[in-house]
Amino acid sequence: MRTSVSTAIANVESYLEAFTRLPRTAEPDWLKQLREDAFARFCQTGLPTTHDEDWRFTNVSAIAKTEFELPVDPPQLSAADLSAWKFPASAIELIFVDGQFAAELSTIGSLPAGVQVSSLKEQNTKHSNAAKEQLGRYLNVERDAFAALNTAFISDGAFVHVSRGVVVEVPIRLLFVSTQAAAPRMVHPRNLLVFDQESQATVIEEYVSLGGGTVLSNSATELVAGANATVSHYMIEREHVDAFNISTLRIQQERSANVASHSLLLGGGLVRNNVHPVLAGEGGECLINGLFVGEGRQHLDNYMHVEHASPHCSSRQFYNGILDGHAHGVFHGRIVVHKDAQKTDAKQTNRNLLLSDDAQIDTKPQLEIYADDVKCTHGATIGQIDENALFYLRSRGIDEISARRLLLMAFASECLERMAAGPARDYSERLIHEHLLKIADHVTTASASVQNRSWEEVG
Amino acid sequence: MSLLEIKNLHASVDGHEILKGINLTINPGEVHSIMGPNGSGKSTLAQVLARRQAYHVTAGSINFLGKDLLEMKPEEAACEGVFLAFQYPVEVPGIGNTYFMRSALNAIRKHQGLDEMDAMDFLPMFREKLKLLDMDEKLMNRSVNEGFSGGEKKRNEILQMAVLQPRLAILDETDSGLDIDALRIVANGVNALRSTERGMLVVTHYQRLLNYIVPDFVHVLVDGRIVRSGGPELALELEEKGYSWTEGARQPEPASA
Repeated sequence: MRTSVSTAIANVESYLEAFTRLPRTAEPDWLKQLREDAFARFCQTGLPTTHDEDWRFTNVSAIAKTEFELPVDPPQLSAADLSAWKFPASAIELIFVDGQFAAELSTIGSLPAGVQVSSLKEQNTKHSNAAKEQLGRYLNVERDAFAALNTAFISDGAFVHVSRGVVVEVPIRLLFVSTQAAAPRMVHPRNLLVFDQESQATVIEEYVSLGGGTVLSNSATELVAGANATVSHYMIEREHVDAFNISTLRIQQERSANVASHSLLLGGGLVRNNVHPVLAGEGGECLINGLFVGEGRQHLDNYMHVEHASPHCSSRQFYNGILDGHAHGVFHGRIVVHKDAQKTDAKQTNRNLLLSDDAQIDTKPQLEIYADDVKCTHGATIGQIDENALFYLRSRGIDEISARRLLLMAFASECLERMAAGPARDYSERLIHEHLLKIADHVTTASASVQNRSWEEVG
Repeated sequence: MSLLEIKNLHASVDGHEILKGINLTINPGEVHSIMGPNGSGKSTLAQVLARRQAYHVTAGSINFLGKDLLEMKPEEAACEGVFLAFQYPVEVPGIGNTYFMRSALNAIRKHQGLDEMDAMDFLPMFREKLKLLDMDEKLMNRSVNEGFSGGEKKRNEILQMAVLQPRLAILDETDSGLDIDALRIVANGVNALRSTERGMLVVTHYQRLLNYIVPDFVHVLVDGRIVRSGGPELALELEEKGYSWTEGARQPEPASA
């Protein structure tokens, strides 16, 4: 115990050094206060361990043991450096290099009236009221050490504000590029996305690496959907397999708001994907849809925390996992139905394909229901590629690799089908397809000793 | 040259010998029927011909159009012209019927050195085949066999056969569970595919199907061996006397040599 405590303290100290060195010119007082409070909280808790129920299946000691530095001067990149990550359709695009907004690489263009898209840093220096009122209002730094750490190091990220009734036709894409790191480096991107009443938009948040090295991306996004707003959010993780990526999406939904969160975890070494919607107004609908594909020694943890705080809301969680090699997947689906949230309709489904004997999945539903007139169901399945289906396809002339590819794509397409048609979905489909081609080429048949398992409960 | 020549075929599953020396020759244009009680090895024979790896061939040979069929993977056998209409067609969620059919056809065309067919060329041909099997085009927008009735699944098998145009079609209890209307449609589809080039092996438990698809030869399979061979009249005899009548019968010489 003594060693773990001393490591924790040493670790907080390394963050303290970075924290005190952070330049704070042009930072408004309220932000300084917000950051300091969050850092104080982080110092109290330190990083979580596997004794913490929320982190039972994910060991972050590799993060705790590393001394991360904040990036100093991000390298100047050209558009050609980023050609591999080009978005294939027209989009409003903000590009961040090592956490800092790169205006010359970004494409904001002429925005429709009532739409603000800019870097958060720029907003904060302008003393924007929207940022001041909403930033840090929803994210829980008390409960979550990584959220506290992110808040303590708020520097840059995206600020999006869509005014009442405005429909943003093209996707807003936020691309976070981490460059080659000689020493371990951390970035804490912070996004504030505010959608007023009856507005509509799609946001893609994507993490990629250019070059290797130990990198921690600890991002947090606060997404506020006003009454009747319709918002789609895509989280796409494509970093290299040594990267640590902790992301938190905190969604605040007002009356009858309709939000879809789509997560695609295709890269990263140790990934924790937190999605935390709060259905705060009546009649809200939330779709939480995800696909995680792991191979090698990737660890992909999905922590869902769906809070029903008002009556007549519905939430749908669908996560599909494909795990090969020694990959370890986690799906933790927590649903909290508050006392007054009568007529809640919450559903959760987690389906997993294990492609090797050494791949592992932990799936855990956690339902906390304090209202008495609700419908909550959850179910999970764990299985392998269906050998009968494989033989069926092959018996029609389709070669084994193509047949595996088709079956993997079919499994993944369940997630694609839940995305609204448009460029974000087309892009997701292309990424998934390319990724699964690689996986299908080297999967071997898992031994028949793994039985297919499934459960479903209605509460 | 014969289409298919099976000699002294022995096969086992999980260490149990199911086929104990099958001899059978099928020439182009011939329709053979294999009848037999449950557990006699009918489906095993069909699966071995389609190259299912779970069935281990322990002895014997299968020659298909001059090539060693036992050397082939399932997809290679399919590309060479072997087609199995499954007793229990598999549901494949997430893969659309039309897409599946075109992928399969193009895999086979590629093997034959032909150009791949694009959707524009494929669809008119596909619609013709749908008519032959009296199938609703809407079914084709669904995933392969997903939510299909038993009859629809069986018709879908024959539809696939009509699209892929195999040299050897193996029908594994395609009649089981069909009502008389569905049976007629399936049989019409099969009969439309009879040709001087193509051989068929119709595996069935019941004689009823053979009223609609009249075979040239009937073989009776009991306990992994062909114990009787004859013309279509043999099926009627079986229907009348039951399978117990064949027990203890001696294995004859290969039929239709």
